[in-house]
Amino acid sequence: MKIMSGAVAINTFREAVRDRVLYNLVIFALMMIGAAILVGQISIGIERLVIINLGLSAISIFGLIMAIFMGVGLVYKEIEKRTLYSLLSKPIYRWEFLVGKYGGLLLTLGVNTSLMALGLAAALFYVGRPFLRSDVSIVVAIYFILLELALVTAFALFFSCFSSPMLSTLFTLGIYVAGIFAKGIHDFGELTHNPAIEGTTRALYFLLPNFHNFNVIAAAAHGESVPFSLVWQNTLYTTLYGALVLLGASAVFSRRNLK
Amino acid sequence: MSAMSGPAIEILGLTKDYAVGFWRKRMRRSLDNLTLQIEEGEVFGFLGPNGAGKTTTLKLLMGLIFPTAGKARIRGRSIEDVRMHRDIGFMPEQPYFYDYLTARELLDYYARFSNFATAERRGRVVKTLSRVGLSEAADLQLRKFSKGMLQRVGIAQAILHDPQVIFLDEPMSGLDPVGRLEVRDIILDLKKQGRTVFFSTHILSDAEMLCDRVGVLHLGKLQGVGAPEEIVSIEVVGMEILFEARALPANLTGRATKIGKRYRIAVQEAELYATLELLRGHEARILSVSPVRPTLEDYFMQLVRGQHSSEAAEVNPQ
Repeated sequence: MKIMSGAVAINTFREAVRDRVLYNLVIFALMMIGAAILVGQISIGIERLVIINLGLSAISIFGLIMAIFMGVGLVYKEIEKRTLYSLLSKPIYRWEFLVGKYGGLLLTLGVNTSLMALGLAAALFYVGRPFLRSDVSIVVAIYFILLELALVTAFALFFSCFSSPMLSTLFTLGIYVAGIFAKGIHDFGELTHNPAIEGTTRALYFLLPNFHNFNVIAAAAHGESVPFSLVWQNTLYTTLYGALVLLGASAVFSRRNLK
Repeated sequence: MSAMSGPAIEILGLTKDYAVGFWRKRMRRSLDNLTLQIEEGEVFGFLGPNGAGKTTTLKLLMGLIFPTAGKARIRGRSIEDVRMHRDIGFMPEQPYFYDYLTARELLDYYARFSNFATAERRGRVVKTLSRVGLSEAADLQLRKFSKGMLQRVGIAQAILHDPQVIFLDEPMSGLDPVGRLEVRDIILDLKKQGRTVFFSTHILSDAEMLCDRVGVLHLGKLQGVGAPEEIVSIEVVGMEILFEARALPANLTGRATKIGKRYRIAVQEAELYATLELLRGHEARILSVSPVRPTLEDYFMQLVRGQHSSEAAEVNPQ
């Protein structure tokens, strides 16, 4: 049987475009233009650092807002509006629907991030900076932002399978913040020398998504290279962790009564 | 069309309990041990007042909710088998669709789940839109559609892939008389093509007109199944006389209803001849005499009255 997720993904992307979600790009573009003009006047010699820092941070924050707010409504909206009733009467498995919704949002985030990356490149070009070989690390930083968004989206989708958008937002944000500090939680446990606390923090460290390794914005801004091992490690980590979260979402959603 | 023998729909002891209440959860039975068999090519009306369990049954059959007990098969396949959905079409009650899409885009989207080649898919969309009278509005976004138009889109997506069994949840609701007539025609057309149609309704005249058989559901329990005339019994409960008269006999005043220039009166079978004599004596012109049988409406109302009295007894057991 042909996998039906593709059609769902394209429709999810189309919904985002028609709901004018990509309008956030206008704000981003204005921000980049403003920053480029301002930085050119006040920061002699450090334009590169400021623009890259600002641009990558904005790409990450804009993407995160989109991933969370759109992700938590992915399934919930379909149930609330009962659009799912007609869809699930077609020959489609519930997991295919979930994968399609997930894929559609990733596609939206991918397009959005790519366009913002072009905006960043344009801003760098405007301040008269030539493109260097070390700029590869900017591309890697953007790729890591996308990986991070993929994990956040998976969590948002998971929570949206059984809770309201408000709660799902809180849960997803909670996981994201805890994921940023996962390494800190682990180190804190080591410092206590208390076996119970150490065990708990270690368990949390392995359970929570580790977003610490995804942030290479500072390295990219300073023109430092990012080790290739980190690229494949993060890719593998996101693939496996994301698949597990989607599997969990599918397990929950497959037995859910749609009232 | 997949080869199969046996009933189109087979429901065996289907039961659904819902947990109600926030803190102290208790179970409420929404559907109780429903057993039903519907043959290929049959138009079956599923009747019952609001809250009878009609939508619950349809949701169970569509796999939108899961049964507490019992099972069902559609064209020989379990309702848990997703391949079963290739052979069916479903229109939910008061359908709502992605309102950012046009009718054409929506149908094209749904057609993708049936694995048609691109050209065939597009052709089917055009044909189906024309069949439900939406050709003119094909490229209009659904957010601009009226309730009746959305109902037609609902039917269109249910029949788009030419399924063998079509489930329609309240297909006439929200439609004007012309729309209802068109939906009736579609159902009759599907019947002519040998399709099985299972629809829930509380508009009894539609059920009487369209259905080979009806099932009446009340408080989650099936009360009876049969041809519409069987279900309400064929017993004559009275006679109706239609007549024209210059003046009414004194003892019929108050019993006869004036309709234009004519009068209509309902009498017991035993008093028919005496009434006719009386009317003849007053030079009335008898236009028709016809037996009165209970309608599905009467049967329905009896059930609902029964529900109200049992609810009253529950509230006040004395």
